[in-house]
Amino acid sequence: MSAPLLQVEGLTKSFGRGQFESLVVDGVGFELHAGGSLGIVGESGSGKTTTARMLIGLERPTAGRITLDGEDHTHPARSVKALRARGRQIQIVFQDPYTSLDRRQRIGDCLAEVLRVHFRLGRAEVGARVRELGQLVGLDERQLRALPKALSGGQRQRVAIARALAADPKIVILDEAVSALDVSIQAQILNLLADIRERKGVSYLFISHDLAVIRQITDHTIVMRHGKVVEAGPTAQVLDNPTHPYTRLLRDSVPRADWTPGAHAATEPQEQAR
Amino acid sequence: MTATTATAGLNRPGTWLRRRTGGLAPSGWAAVAVLAIVVLISFVGPYLIHTDPNAVDLSSAYYAPSAAHPFGQDASGRDILARLIFGGRTALIGPFLVVAASTVVGTVLALAAVWFGGWFDAVVVRVIDAIFAFPGLLLAILATALFGAGLPAAIVALSISYIPYIARVVRSAALRERSLPYVAALRVQGVRGSMISLRHILPNVASLIVANATLAFGFALIDLAALSFIGLGVQPPTADWGAMVGQGMAGILQQQPAESIYASVLIVITVGAANLLGDRLTERSEARA
Repeated sequence: MSAPLLQVEGLTKSFGRGQFESLVVDGVGFELHAGGSLGIVGESGSGKTTTARMLIGLERPTAGRITLDGEDHTHPARSVKALRARGRQIQIVFQDPYTSLDRRQRIGDCLAEVLRVHFRLGRAEVGARVRELGQLVGLDERQLRALPKALSGGQRQRVAIARALAADPKIVILDEAVSALDVSIQAQILNLLADIRERKGVSYLFISHDLAVIRQITDHTIVMRHGKVVEAGPTAQVLDNPTHPYTRLLRDSVPRADWTPGAHAATEPQEQAR
Repeated sequence: MTATTATAGLNRPGTWLRRRTGGLAPSGWAAVAVLAIVVLISFVGPYLIHTDPNAVDLSSAYYAPSAAHPFGQDASGRDILARLIFGGRTALIGPFLVVAASTVVGTVLALAAVWFGGWFDAVVVRVIDAIFAFPGLLLAILATALFGAGLPAAIVALSISYIPYIARVVRSAALRERSLPYVAALRVQGVRGSMISLRHILPNVASLIVANATLAFGFALIDLAALSFIGLGVQPPTADWGAMVGQGMAGILQQQPAESIYASVLIVITVGAANLLGDRLTERSEARA
């Protein structure tokens, strides 16, 4: 296989100093190939979101390396020009569809603004591209003219996806992007994402605590716990035959017909000596 | 935000009326009406009356109301009604300039502090606290002592001392706004910080700015009137409500309180309306946040 699109080595982030220092991400490494879909699973506080924020340049790593398409992305971009160049490489969809849109900006204007940042387009071209993006994610003309408050959570998340795709990035990070949605809407959005991946060849970095979602949308998965990668491999293998006790616990914590919470709380694995 | 709050809103009294009236409570609209009347009289009135507010006629000092002088005449025989109308213009322009200047400077300062953060934010906060420590009136008195009595020095001094009131409120609201994911989303697209601040953060905190500017208008009117009252603001013979209250003091001792009372009543009505409107606007912006 060719060189990976995204390569992360020894990524580390600690917050605070001295006795208050806490290691949130600890030596995380993974690769994402062009057109691939990588899942990051783990419980709350396992460092998934911090990892995403470092990849997108919202957080500065304490140590480690991020290489995207041969370019070093370890440190956040400083100039507007560099920010825009990176914006065309990697984008993010946030978890909360309610706060990830400016409540005073119409949906079409939101998409148009992003398009104008990245491309020199005339009025008509912007309008055409906005409608095209709307079609891609399933938003009609009326919804493009609406304010966010007129849209449902699922529709807003479609807007966020359209905005992330506006600059034609190679990678889209989906940070718990369907967690705030109803299960039926989740399925719609996941289908939409699978569809877009097929049509656009975009790669996903899919962060979730929901194993069913991870299974549906990713080819490879890494499992994070306390900032470390505890298990990595093809999604089916990781979820069906987990070798690490934590992955097993995660999998067994998914409620089923004969599931009792107590049994799993008791089998909480102790911190692995590594 | 979602359907739940929309249905909850239906059960709140006055919701229908509020929706029909831009979200402002009836008392807020009453305040708007009062302010509109005061502004109209002060700015259109001078063109409608033909009495010279500065025409002195010592032979008719303290004359009671008559057909020619409906509100009577002051110590120098000047027409009180004309002076109230012309005085309104000076009394309103002063605080308006104070509020305009302090709002623009305070907002820009706060937005910049929020966007750049770090040491810049820390410096801005310290400077704001330092200005806060000086009472506005004292600063204005100091300014008139340095640059001579009169409206310009007082307005500049008060503008500076009103900056913190606006800057504080805008900073805390903008700080909340900046932490929302949509700002992060715009940042990772490469949208300029100035654009995000002016086109996204500012419109979202604008209602709060307007509300606080309205409140500040009332306070600035009182401060400027107080300065004119003690003779450091508007200089005679220019008509001004605050100055009229001060000049009318002599008349009170001679059982002729009309000038002071009329001017005081206008100050109270205007400031009261501005405060009421400011409070209603604050409520509205909080309800919408």
